[in-house]
Amino acid sequence: MSAGVSTRVSRLVLTRLLIALITLIIVSFAVFFATALLPGDTASMLLGQAATPEAVEGLRKAMHLNDPAIFRFLRWINGLLHGDLGISYANNLPVAQLIGGRLVNTLKLAGITALISVPLALTLGVTAAMLRGTLYDRGLTIVTIGAVSVPEFMVATLAVLLFAVYLNWLPAISFTNQIKSFSDLLRAYAMPVVTLTVVVSAQMIRMSRAAVVETLDTPYIEMALLKGASRPRIVLRHALPNALGPIVNAVALSLSYLLGGVIIVETIFNYPGIAKLMVDAVATRDLPLIQTCAIIFCLGYLALITVADIIAILANPRLR
Amino acid sequence: MTKPASSTAFGARFGYRISPVGLTAAAVVLFWGAVALFAPRLVPYSVGEIVDADYFGPISRELWLGSDYLGRDVFSRILMGARYTVGISLAAVAIACICGVTLGMIAAITGGLPDTILSRFLDAMSSIPSKLFSLVVVAAVGSSIPVLIITLSVIYIPGAYRFARALAVNINTMDFVMVARVRGESLGYLIRAEILPNIVGPVLADLGLRFVFIVLLLSGLSFLGLGVQPPYADWGALVHENIGGLAFGAPAVIFPSLAIASLTISVNLLIDNLPTKIRDRGAA
Repeated sequence: MSAGVSTRVSRLVLTRLLIALITLIIVSFAVFFATALLPGDTASMLLGQAATPEAVEGLRKAMHLNDPAIFRFLRWINGLLHGDLGISYANNLPVAQLIGGRLVNTLKLAGITALISVPLALTLGVTAAMLRGTLYDRGLTIVTIGAVSVPEFMVATLAVLLFAVYLNWLPAISFTNQIKSFSDLLRAYAMPVVTLTVVVSAQMIRMSRAAVVETLDTPYIEMALLKGASRPRIVLRHALPNALGPIVNAVALSLSYLLGGVIIVETIFNYPGIAKLMVDAVATRDLPLIQTCAIIFCLGYLALITVADIIAILANPRLR
Repeated sequence: MTKPASSTAFGARFGYRISPVGLTAAAVVLFWGAVALFAPRLVPYSVGEIVDADYFGPISRELWLGSDYLGRDVFSRILMGARYTVGISLAAVAIACICGVTLGMIAAITGGLPDTILSRFLDAMSSIPSKLFSLVVVAAVGSSIPVLIITLSVIYIPGAYRFARALAVNINTMDFVMVARVRGESLGYLIRAEILPNIVGPVLADLGLRFVFIVLLLSGLSFLGLGVQPPYADWGALVHENIGGLAFGAPAVIFPSLAIASLTISVNLLIDNLPTKIRDRGAA
């Protein structure tokens, strides 16, 4: 029996992965066409107003701009798969070179945020569910509703107002590359990380609280209560193992909010990451750069939500 | 959602229970709606007029919320900004919900291959992060108010579709729909007379939540300088243009943010405190 069931689970997981792959193809298609087919001739834009029609035509040929869109799409995808990300319009450097270090910076920021926010949010979420209905729980609910209802830039500006303007602990909006000591590092990362942590944790607290509350409402928890188990024991021994799947699912989904947050946070704090690079590329209409950044972001987002779904499948005891 | 325990006698008789929080939230939402409608008559100064010799001026009797980076009146600019923030978001949410809900109901009634294709495609659309999608569009076509409205509505069609489809699938299995089908009613009739009246409550509640997302996304874009373009300014753009005053804690940065927060938090609280009868009817 267990063999038959495990093939069912693996089939579900494989289906989910296949869906993710199809989605990725549709998404890259959408990104390519949104940027490549919309108005503005790339060749004449690159050469400027003084270019002769012959020069524009020559460049169009060289860049394969006269080919049907589907061929250009396939060539672009082929390049992506082989690590050839194209050349940035704005400064004539290979996109891969521009992105490399920036991507590491963004991942560093995201990693530190995750390291802080996941334990913090889970502790708050689970304890709020344990103490449901108390002042602590209601207070936390109000704070998290507030945090998810306001734009990310407001969290960032409030952090600046609080820590830089009123308390004078940290320098206002500035990110320096001159990191000499640990305290420099702390000062440089403090505000971006605090902002992102608030944005991501608010989601995570709400979702993990909901997951535990749902488990605590089940009959077997009532049974544990009736047999006289203590409150911490009910939550830790009985509820948490079953709520683990939904909680991990919530963590993965909440972390996908990092993507939106990171765009705002990198811009406001002038952090040299890939999101800042993309926002600048949008201002200069640097299409190859935008396309690559967009694909990287979509890939990260898709990976997170796919992982969340797969965990939900694996954690569902009815499928085991 | 668990039902509030106190919705007994009063609730049973009238079917609705009104909470003070919900009422306050509704008042704030109505207030901003009225401001958006009547802003040109309410503003003390013209939005483009430089009324203060100093920039980032403090709160004073003449300038209720201080002056901005050019010495213009922040209070007037916030009142006028309400028109763009509320107007663009309302237009976008209306388009998103009309398209999404109609498609969702059609998919639920038709079923089969069209349903599968539509669902798969819109699911793929929704796995593009919303900020990213709008950045790509703005990069490609530039930012203008019509572009913003269309982009924002396209981003939120998949969500509205998924929500409406899930509700409509439930209604679709009911006997009265079967009867109507057997009677030979058309697709349009089924949607209009059988499905829609039964899902309209939750759909409207969902529309409110989606409105909040749209306001947040629009503000975020404007904050990046890629949303509403000068000479117009919505609340996000007001924060963007006055961000230089942040280091002095200028009211010009703080109050537009507070305006956004008051609107979004109120809409969220209003939806949260809607009578369960409206909000949860038929919700899966």
